[in-house]
Amino acid sequence: MDNVITATNLTKQFGHFTAVDQISFEVERGEIFGFLGANGAGKTTAMRMLCGLSKPTSGIGTVAGFDIHTQTEKVKKNIGYMSQKFSLYDDLKVWENIELFGGIYGMNDQDIKVKTDKLMYELNFEKERNMLVASLPLGFKQKLAFSVAIFHQPQVVFLDEPTGGVDPVTRRMFWEMIYKAAENGITVFVTTHYMDEAEYCNRVSIMVDGRIEALDSPKNLKAHYSAKNMDEVFQKLARKSQRKE
Amino acid sequence: MKQLLSFVRKEFYHILRDKTTILILLLMPIIQIILFGFALTTEVKDTRVAVLIPQSDEITTKLVERIHASSYFDVVNTIQSSYEIQKTFRDSQAKLVLVFENDFAAKLKHDGIAHIQLIADATDPNAATSFTFYVSNIIASYQQDMIGTMKNPYQITPEVKMLYNPQMIGAFNFVPGVLGMILILICAMMTSIAIVREKEKGTMEILLVSPMRPIYTILAKITPYFVLSCINFLTIIILSVFVLKVPIAGSFFTLVIISMLYIFVALALGLLISTLTESQVAAMLISGMALMIPVMLLSGMIFPIENMPLPLQIFSNVIPARWYISAVKLVMIQGLGFSAIIKEMLVLSFMAITLIVISLKKFKVRLE
Repeated sequence: MDNVITATNLTKQFGHFTAVDQISFEVERGEIFGFLGANGAGKTTAMRMLCGLSKPTSGIGTVAGFDIHTQTEKVKKNIGYMSQKFSLYDDLKVWENIELFGGIYGMNDQDIKVKTDKLMYELNFEKERNMLVASLPLGFKQKLAFSVAIFHQPQVVFLDEPTGGVDPVTRRMFWEMIYKAAENGITVFVTTHYMDEAEYCNRVSIMVDGRIEALDSPKNLKAHYSAKNMDEVFQKLARKSQRKE
Repeated sequence: MKQLLSFVRKEFYHILRDKTTILILLLMPIIQIILFGFALTTEVKDTRVAVLIPQSDEITTKLVERIHASSYFDVVNTIQSSYEIQKTFRDSQAKLVLVFENDFAAKLKHDGIAHIQLIADATDPNAATSFTFYVSNIIASYQQDMIGTMKNPYQITPEVKMLYNPQMIGAFNFVPGVLGMILILICAMMTSIAIVREKEKGTMEILLVSPMRPIYTILAKITPYFVLSCINFLTIIILSVFVLKVPIAGSFFTLVIISMLYIFVALALGLLISTLTESQVAAMLISGMALMIPVMLLSGMIFPIENMPLPLQIFSNVIPARWYISAVKLVMIQGLGFSAIIKEMLVLSFMAITLIVISLKKFKVRLE
């Protein structure tokens, strides 16, 4: 098995509060891994630990083959990240944003230029290339933010609720981009609130109160909880929560 | 290095595309210099004077003529009775009323003594002190001329020499002040806003996840404001030398050194503010309240530190602008060399190191 992410008893405590409680899982290369949980279940904290932003209190984790305790710099070089705000620089043009992030990830000018041309063609963005990001519609920004996150060919891309506030058609198109990235060998680690999106994932983990309560393919989960869809699975599990939001 | 360059370029895009802000930043020093230089002057000029002369005679006429002839005063009105004095002030016709005694010339000749009363509008005490002082001088010099060759056995004549600023030009005092204020305003306020903006927009998150080292982020953020501050520094110096005619008495090189150090302190301060706040508005308020007001009031720019109550004098020690302004005065106006500003250099260096250490620590904490 070629595991890109491994977590063993990963725990994060803030004082007496255990935000993430001994979670263990693996994510395979090229997999689309859905990371679900209600607000405050510990999703974000877990993801921050994997991205090297936050040190685990205990437990072991590796991302792209590097230890998240000691090799955070190497971890950061090999991952991409897209936040729920589709954060790009509004007062920079489309190509300037791409160039900036290419530069930050240490790509050389020639590579950046060739790949930018290719990307603009693929996204059909040639007209928008010289526009300021501020003037783009939300769906365009989302596509661009994702493209920027995987521009440096990371091994894993972390997507934090990447489809918030976007209409269903655009969401569907966005998932096509995710599939394409996965086909190209990029592992996708995605958190979401939309249960129909959970169905698109290869495997899904559901966090409740800092622990992983269920982890399997959507098909198996539905069978196990005898539910019609993922929404029902989620409702059954999330109801166990003791935590107040 | 490539990382840093990409990032610095981005920072310049941010600044150059925000046309309003860049315009304000570049024009602010010019406007301030012009305001302080020509509008907000404390020098007394063309003060309006009214005179009350019961009986006009040779001496009163000559005296009034002499006062009117000086560039400090304009005699605008001659009033007839003491009842009109109140009215003159109420209607803002004059700032100063000269009341001559009855039979002025006669009394002076027979008794050897005559009185003039000076009634001044002391709403602005500084101005009132200045112009009553000037008018007394004019009267004294007239008296001196009258005595002329007459023998006076005892005579003490003070000869006043105004060092460093013989013409008493206000610009000599405020140019260092404006330098101290503009530089801290641009460095600290703009740097803190620029960093906090990344937090607010969520782009800071992306930067933290990227392999970009925090020290690079900081360096890239402060570079454009450092360049801007240097431009502002040169603007102020050029304007003050060529427009306000304030010469640089000491070495330009020393002035540049102390200014660089001060800019560094201000940048570090901006960095610290940015680690303490989460929103641009908060960053602006803190810079405004915590920097602008103390710099204007407690740095010695407007009010002399020596005249403040002791607690404020002690407090003024922690204001970087106080030390900078004092150093600029020593170098630029008094023309002293490097050895004269060692104390200021040491204090500012200490502040710079302390601020940088604290804010770097804070900046790292946020990564956790």
